[in-house]
Amino acid sequence: MESVFNHVTPHIGFIYPNESDMAWTQLIVIYPYITGLVAGAFVVSSLHHVFRIQRFAAVSRFALLTALCFMFFAPSPLLFHLGQPTRAFNAVITPHWTSAMAAFGYVAGFYVCLLILETWFAFRADIVAMSKTRTGIMGKVYGWLTLGSDDVSPHALAIDHKIARILAMIGIPSACGLHGYVGFVFGSLKTREWWSSDLMPVIFLLSAVGSGVGLLIVLYVIVSKFRKTAIADDTMRGLLYVLFTAITVVMVIEGLELLEIFYKAREGVETVRELIMGPIWAGMAIQWAMSIFVLVATSTMLVYDVHGKRLVTWLFLSGLAMMIGVLAMRWNVVIGGQELSKTMKGLLTYYPEMFGRESLFVVGIISICPYITLWLATKLLPPWETASLPSRT
Amino acid sequence: MTTLDENAKQEASGMTRRGFLGFLGKSAACVGAIAGASSTIGATELVHGKRGFQQNDEQFAEAVNNPPKVPDYNWNDHEWAMGVDTDRCIGCLRCMEACKMENSVQMDAFHFRTWVERYVYLEGSNTAVVDSQSDPKNIENAGSETKFRFDNRYRNVKVDKAFFVPKLCNQCEHPSCVQVCPTGATFKANDGPVLIDTTYCIGCQYCVQACPYGARTFNESRGTVDKCNWCYHRITKGLNPACVEVCPTGTRIFGDRKDPESPISLFIRNNHVQVLKPEMGNAPNVFYKGTDKEVV
Repeated sequence: MESVFNHVTPHIGFIYPNESDMAWTQLIVIYPYITGLVAGAFVVSSLHHVFRIQRFAAVSRFALLTALCFMFFAPSPLLFHLGQPTRAFNAVITPHWTSAMAAFGYVAGFYVCLLILETWFAFRADIVAMSKTRTGIMGKVYGWLTLGSDDVSPHALAIDHKIARILAMIGIPSACGLHGYVGFVFGSLKTREWWSSDLMPVIFLLSAVGSGVGLLIVLYVIVSKFRKTAIADDTMRGLLYVLFTAITVVMVIEGLELLEIFYKAREGVETVRELIMGPIWAGMAIQWAMSIFVLVATSTMLVYDVHGKRLVTWLFLSGLAMMIGVLAMRWNVVIGGQELSKTMKGLLTYYPEMFGRESLFVVGIISICPYITLWLATKLLPPWETASLPSRT
Repeated sequence: MTTLDENAKQEASGMTRRGFLGFLGKSAACVGAIAGASSTIGATELVHGKRGFQQNDEQFAEAVNNPPKVPDYNWNDHEWAMGVDTDRCIGCLRCMEACKMENSVQMDAFHFRTWVERYVYLEGSNTAVVDSQSDPKNIENAGSETKFRFDNRYRNVKVDKAFFVPKLCNQCEHPSCVQVCPTGATFKANDGPVLIDTTYCIGCQYCVQACPYGARTFNESRGTVDKCNWCYHRITKGLNPACVEVCPTGTRIFGDRKDPESPISLFIRNNHVQVLKPEMGNAPNVFYKGTDKEVV
């Protein structure tokens, strides 16, 4: 008899028989998480490139590389999830435009191109410099990367800068669009009470910005420790402002979302309550505990005007908490939405697989890949040394 | 008068004799069919395990790549629909088993094209207790992954009201599954059913999420989604869907709405019918008679 219940998600109450084979699992949890990190990192990079906020100059190019490296891996969870991954391009070749998912290939493709272009313009002067100084294979590689354009006159650099800025300006609505769109994929489904909400795209977008800023804080602190360089106080203060803004707005909107569900109290609201108390209680506890921690920590740092080492420690912890909280939130949305049966009379409890095509192991591998790629990318295009280029503003 | 009476008597006894003989013949045929069917199932189960009587993968590939040509069928001439008279359903689950055999649906407890739900109002209760054949207790009771039975769990309690509701794809007029399919692999046929091109489906399962009725299921081994198509291969040849064919009580009614005298047209005309979850705006094409507020 065991084989019967082997793959069935345990449930209570009444669910449709087909529901016990859960359609979207942990891979679909990390997909919006990774795209979210991209959106957040890109926003920080744009704060420097577009709005010329100088305090972000130290991390702006690193943020751009982070966004690019994470974006490379954003579609990979989807590919692992597809039943027929070799047909993935069917959605691009013959998109069925009434589907919220049909545009994904185009949106993501456009965004990747935009990020690559912006990165190239932001790093072109460095690439040219390195193609002249480096020898051997790497010299050749940098030579190719210049694409034959080795003009580093102030005039040419000014043009570079202008183009990078315009690309960043296009990038802001694109990043917001990409992530708002991920929220729309969930929010537009009328069948799932837990997803079907007009606030869903906004929640996804804002939490994405929060988690991306969190990631950048964590990476900036860790990388600076490894490189044994000073952490710019000004930059950290700037990141603190962004994180505080993000967490405040996210918490308000997520609170509103819950309030709406319970205040409207549509059919099956008791089951929603049981979902929060039951299958996703741990996720909800982590999400809200982390959110409250970030809110309290950032507020305190603002009130007491914290600087220096204490700022670094607490902002690092806040950034980490933000990342964990948003990951928990993704789990609560994606898995929680399916744990609440379409019958509204039953609840499933999902237990992730450890090994297999759609398993925690694969999730772990995919989650590590962007960091490794980012490490390699910073070797290829060092984002920190801008001193050799005095003309850069 | 007497002669007439005797004639009538003889005629009557003749009728009885004929009827009796007919009954004997039918019984024999039934017994034979049941024995034959069960032995086939039993034998193949023994040989091939749980998917014994299903199409194997080569047969499936053949059916997908070389679909049978159906001459003389114009999908613009038909508008198929189904009716479910829940008052008649006895929960025997023959429809579900026939469907699994006919359409090679996975032989386990969590992939179905059609299924049956049991609604029970216990004495004094204002809400129903619901289960389906894949409720763990029912599976345990049946003791098999291929033969589903409802258990007799209510035998010692007082029940106010109880009924069965067979479910299947509603072949909606505005199907949300078709709306969300990113490739257009699933589509609404002109004659009503929502079909899947399994050679084009990418297996993203967005449609599984979008279906309000839980009618779609994922076939792991084929990497594509599976759903009821009202046995499209049968109805285009003028046959009934398998579930309709085997239903012993006439719970399921099938036909062409373009034919005013078809069973379904009469069923819809002569009964107060409802659809499931009308608030979803999907406009289902399966019409239920005698459902209840508790039916989801």
